[in-house]
Amino acid sequence: MKVRIALTVNDEVHEALVPVHKTLLEVLREDLALTGTKHGCELGECGTCTVLVDGQPVLSCLALPLETEGRRITTIEGLADGARLHPLQQAFAELGAAQCGYCTPGILLTAAALLSERPSPTRQEVKEALAGNLCRCTGYTKILDAVELAALRMERART
Amino acid sequence: MIRLPSFTYLAPRTLAEAATAMAEHGRDAMLVAGGTDLYPNMKRRQFEPKVVVGLRGIRELRGVRVESGGWTIGAGTTLSEVSTHPAIARDFPALATAAGLVSSPQLRNMGTIGGNVCVDTRCNYYNQSYEWRKAIGFCMKKDGDICLVAPGSSRCWAVSSSDTAPVLWALGARLRVVGAGGERIVPIAALYRDDGIEYLAKRPDEIVADVLLPPADGWRSAYLKLRRRGSFDFPVLGVAVAARMNGDVVREARIVLGAVASLPRPAERAAAELVGQRITRDLVTRVADLAAGPSKPLDNTDFTHPYRKRVTRVFVARALAAIGGLGDGGPASEEVA
Amino acid sequence: MTKNDFAVVGQPLPKVDAWAKVVGETRYADDLFLPRMAYAKLLRSSHAHARIRSIDTARARALPGVYAVVTAADLPPVKFGILPVSQDEEALCADKVRMVGDPLAAVAAVDEETADLACRLIDVTYEPLPALMSIFDALAHPEVRIHEYGDGPNVHKNVALQFGDVDAALVGADLVREDVFFFEGNTHLPMEQHAAVAHWTSDGKLTLWSSTQTPHYVHRVLAKVLATPAAHIRVIATPVGGGFGGKTDPFSHEIVACQLSKLTGRPVKIALTREEVFYTHRGRHPVLMWIKTGFTKRGDITGCHLRTWLDGGAYGSYGVASTFYTGVINPVTYKIPVYKFEGARIFTNKPACGPKRGHGTPQPRFALECQLDKAAEQLGLDPADLRRRIVVEPYTKTANHLTVTTIGLGECIDKVVEASGWRAKRTRYGVTAAMGSQPTGGSREGGAGCTHLVQPEPPSPKKPGIGIACSAYMTGAGTAIYWNDMPHSGVIVRADRSGGVAILCGATDIGQGSDSVLAYLTAEVLGLEPVDVQVFPADTSLTPVDLGSYSSRVTLMCGMAAIQAAGRLRDAIFKAVARKLEVDPAALVARERKIGVPDDWDKAVSFARAVELGEAMHGVLAFPGSYAPPKRAGKYKGGGVGPSPCYSYSACVVELTVDEETGTVDLRDVWIAHDIGRTLNPLLAEGQVEGSIYMGIGEALMEEQVFRKGLHKQPSMLEYKSPTTLETPEIHTILVETDDPEGPFGAKEVGQGPLLPVIPAIANAIHHALGIRIDEVPITPDKILKALELRRRGKPPRVGPERLPLFTFKDPLVVESAFGQPADAIGVRPFQS
Repeated sequence: MKVRIALTVNDEVHEALVPVHKTLLEVLREDLALTGTKHGCELGECGTCTVLVDGQPVLSCLALPLETEGRRITTIEGLADGARLHPLQQAFAELGAAQCGYCTPGILLTAAALLSERPSPTRQEVKEALAGNLCRCTGYTKILDAVELAALRMERART
Repeated sequence: MIRLPSFTYLAPRTLAEAATAMAEHGRDAMLVAGGTDLYPNMKRRQFEPKVVVGLRGIRELRGVRVESGGWTIGAGTTLSEVSTHPAIARDFPALATAAGLVSSPQLRNMGTIGGNVCVDTRCNYYNQSYEWRKAIGFCMKKDGDICLVAPGSSRCWAVSSSDTAPVLWALGARLRVVGAGGERIVPIAALYRDDGIEYLAKRPDEIVADVLLPPADGWRSAYLKLRRRGSFDFPVLGVAVAARMNGDVVREARIVLGAVASLPRPAERAAAELVGQRITRDLVTRVADLAAGPSKPLDNTDFTHPYRKRVTRVFVARALAAIGGLGDGGPASEEVA
Repeated sequence: MTKNDFAVVGQPLPKVDAWAKVVGETRYADDLFLPRMAYAKLLRSSHAHARIRSIDTARARALPGVYAVVTAADLPPVKFGILPVSQDEEALCADKVRMVGDPLAAVAAVDEETADLACRLIDVTYEPLPALMSIFDALAHPEVRIHEYGDGPNVHKNVALQFGDVDAALVGADLVREDVFFFEGNTHLPMEQHAAVAHWTSDGKLTLWSSTQTPHYVHRVLAKVLATPAAHIRVIATPVGGGFGGKTDPFSHEIVACQLSKLTGRPVKIALTREEVFYTHRGRHPVLMWIKTGFTKRGDITGCHLRTWLDGGAYGSYGVASTFYTGVINPVTYKIPVYKFEGARIFTNKPACGPKRGHGTPQPRFALECQLDKAAEQLGLDPADLRRRIVVEPYTKTANHLTVTTIGLGECIDKVVEASGWRAKRTRYGVTAAMGSQPTGGSREGGAGCTHLVQPEPPSPKKPGIGIACSAYMTGAGTAIYWNDMPHSGVIVRADRSGGVAILCGATDIGQGSDSVLAYLTAEVLGLEPVDVQVFPADTSLTPVDLGSYSSRVTLMCGMAAIQAAGRLRDAIFKAVARKLEVDPAALVARERKIGVPDDWDKAVSFARAVELGEAMHGVLAFPGSYAPPKRAGKYKGGGVGPSPCYSYSACVVELTVDEETGTVDLRDVWIAHDIGRTLNPLLAEGQVEGSIYMGIGEALMEEQVFRKGLHKQPSMLEYKSPTTLETPEIHTILVETDDPEGPFGAKEVGQGPLLPVIPAIANAIHHALGIRIDEVPITPDKILKALELRRRGKPPRVGPERLPLFTFKDPLVVESAFGQPADAIGVRPFQS
């Protein structure tokens, strides 16, 4: 059974006719061509497919588009402000926090949600916030460093 | 990519509509709230509902309310909301802890307390893809007729894997359950059955609507969770201890073990031993030994089952020590409420 | 050149592909969508070992939306494998399946869902055979043969090498230790599941985009298996979302996608599920090890004898090399005057093992370093001091004829000992300290105020410990996988009139930063910024061959080729600029995007102008660079495995606590010093070290690929335990530079070596904390409690393997030890001029 849905993704409304059982992950990638959202298990066990729904990190592999209609979806393609990178994106690039880069979109979005809720997190708080995103390349060290750097820069920009 | 099978999705606006839909479709229908249990199981074809009834649109399922008679937590309240609710953390620290230890941050943003209370029992012969289960010959919980953990057994030994259920049981929670024919309020203990397949004692049309907690007067609580990693993993042992104190004397106590049976397992004799006593190290040791008795894990989760049994005693002792103010005794502080 | 002369080298620059990765623009294989594309799925075996009686695809073919269904009958009957000596794989099994997950048939359909459904409609009848699920099983049942080839029933490879008289050396020792260890298998678990898109166009040409670390080998295999001229096949490696060795073989799904594209006339995508990735595997071999080593009172090794048994799984893969690697790299770290190594790889009905980060060496490294720790204890020596004393001399040969060049291990040991506070903690922590009156709990918190407690505080169950281990690893294999005299790496540098430079190189960026390193080195040579250099990697039709991203070879080999190619371009441009400026070319330098004479910099011409001058003088400016390693293979059979242009060294100290009631290990800090030769970019180098430590931690404490009832026990991200942020300790990385004459600007490898010492350092720290020995990994809490229980019962507190297989190794090939001899010629290799 197909349904017509209207999703608000990165502040743009997308209409699509999709089967009910197609997950948000699949619709983003396959129907909206937003392939920045990656996937590592499709069972909620790795965090790779994280997107923000109303600012909160959720797993797009376990969400139905029907259930996210009328809510604000943010994917990695929507993290930058136009051509201006989010401070997290800048810090991740500068510090080598993305190696293979496959977990990076999910981690950036999770970290962005953290920083909007808690602008100056401790390292332990960053670890806890990112505990649902597996990375096999970095040992997380540069990722944590980059989140801290971005937080610092955002803090400075505010004052 | 592993994908969902097709189904019809219903989005009722009220509990009554939802219950009616469930009654109408019977065994063909399943409920979904956060989707963190249902959808993975559907992708692996452990669940094959033709109709999925979504609870997300039902407003009355959301929110935490305090009234004179106690607390009401809507079943649709997310685990993140429960774990970070300041008043819950103050009055029922074990509940905040347990909710905050479920899976990962993302899944806690999605998953609900009602979903966690009703979470499917788990077994590492069962939580596998269709192809894997076919290769091993299926088990009685789905598509087969034997138990692969205990091949001679006539029952299923899948494990209750809820973090919040043992805590709610220890705290004396009740549930408001709404069905097509009306609603009832039951102690949470009455929700569970000692069977890996039919683990919930409710009709398919019945929906857990609210978790009701008595006032926290004098109650202290702690929850300890055993798992391999600090995130993602289901409990392979949960220890919930709650005690109502009068000064330093225990007036009432409950110890409930999670993930060592098909339902949360109360350690009643051990809890009785606490009543009327001051919590001393000797008492902690005695009670912990008693509490480990009902812990009967089988070899169907992560870690070896003798190890899970062995840690039961340690965790009970640590939870009691934490409640009795005897120092944390060792475990990671974030696991002690 | 000295460090201060570099403009780009040594700078903490962002990776050239970082920007695309942080905005989600990087296109991995599964992100490719082509018009009319079909989607493929593989049907995989549900039996661990069985003959295939029949495969009936009729129902699948009849399903609406299905474009094609193939079985072995639809492919040329050609077997393949990564090593010429182990051609034992089939794209689709014809007669027999050898593991659960072996591919049997494939479907291309309108979408993945339909392809999946069609696979379930294929009817297969099997004749089950006994499944051999362990080394012991496989050796006990020679009558059940998994393969018909090899060095005996179910023995893939049997090797024995002896360098000098080991027995005599052991007799002369003050202490002889004999220990047995087991290292459980584990897997790479890249975040990206393997995926490929094939497009066989109507002109008869085939393009395959694949998430592979080795496009060149995939290219060769496709030509062979599809019986199609290699000249008509193009393989493009897409950016790889994590490899670690898991995408280094040519795979069934790649071949099948090509065949389905040929049949359907459509592009065909195939993307593996996570479960399929576990079956594809090629990960860490489970290895059982026996090691006997003699020591003098002062800790010198008199001789060493090592036996290894590898559980290879169902196919050869890199297994012959893996078998050698469990033996031949050991003598590179410490002075071992005489050495004997016997190894055997056994076939079992499990997914094939292969090269995972450290390929074959973490297992014996665990054995050797734990044994050293035991010996140090018996000899009353500090384990760090003992190691420091026996480090191999630079520019010498090992017993097994490997030439070592620079060695910074002594400095590495000194640095981690100092940074970690080793000496103080060694005394303060640990079982001997605990027997004194000093409280040992809470290494961080110190004595928190506890004066008002009514009851005395019991001792904390969390016992601190600190352990050390070291290692060495090769910087690229000295010989190619297939024997040939051609370069291992090639680069073409092309300058254009805009002042931009293009690099074409077959290397594959798997996240390690090979594209970036190529840009940095080229920019360094030409006086440009990395952003001026555009890297075009890994396309078999456009780029010169690089053998692949494995064996820690890319920075060195592609780097040397890039430096050569860029140097040739520079020379040509210098000639033209020299004529224009009327100076001697030797007087010119390239820097700041200009070329000129340093003392007369005002006259320097822009790089773009210099290219124009060069092009006017020489024609098109495109120059090749080629690299092949020095020819140093030992002059004995098997001497080709182990030689490397140079070796990296690492020393690692781990501080942890162990909860003696629950057996839980809590890592606090890891200090690691790594001899990298030269740091080309500290951010990337540290990133490789940190990632290696992380992977080592997982292997040491929780990751294991285990089987039950013929099946993988836990083929999921949830139950295969990959550490999260919460299990990862603070990592303190120290890079030690030795400026190796074999490496690009002196650089050695960093991607694999740092993994090796982590595992034994953890094991040794646990011993320090509790006085117990866990001689097998992963070191899980139940094993720790078991060891403590043994001690309570008055038994030796050791948990580890209790038996060895009944197995006869070959008569060893006896070769004289070359220990201590001067190194072979340094810096002499093919294609130098």
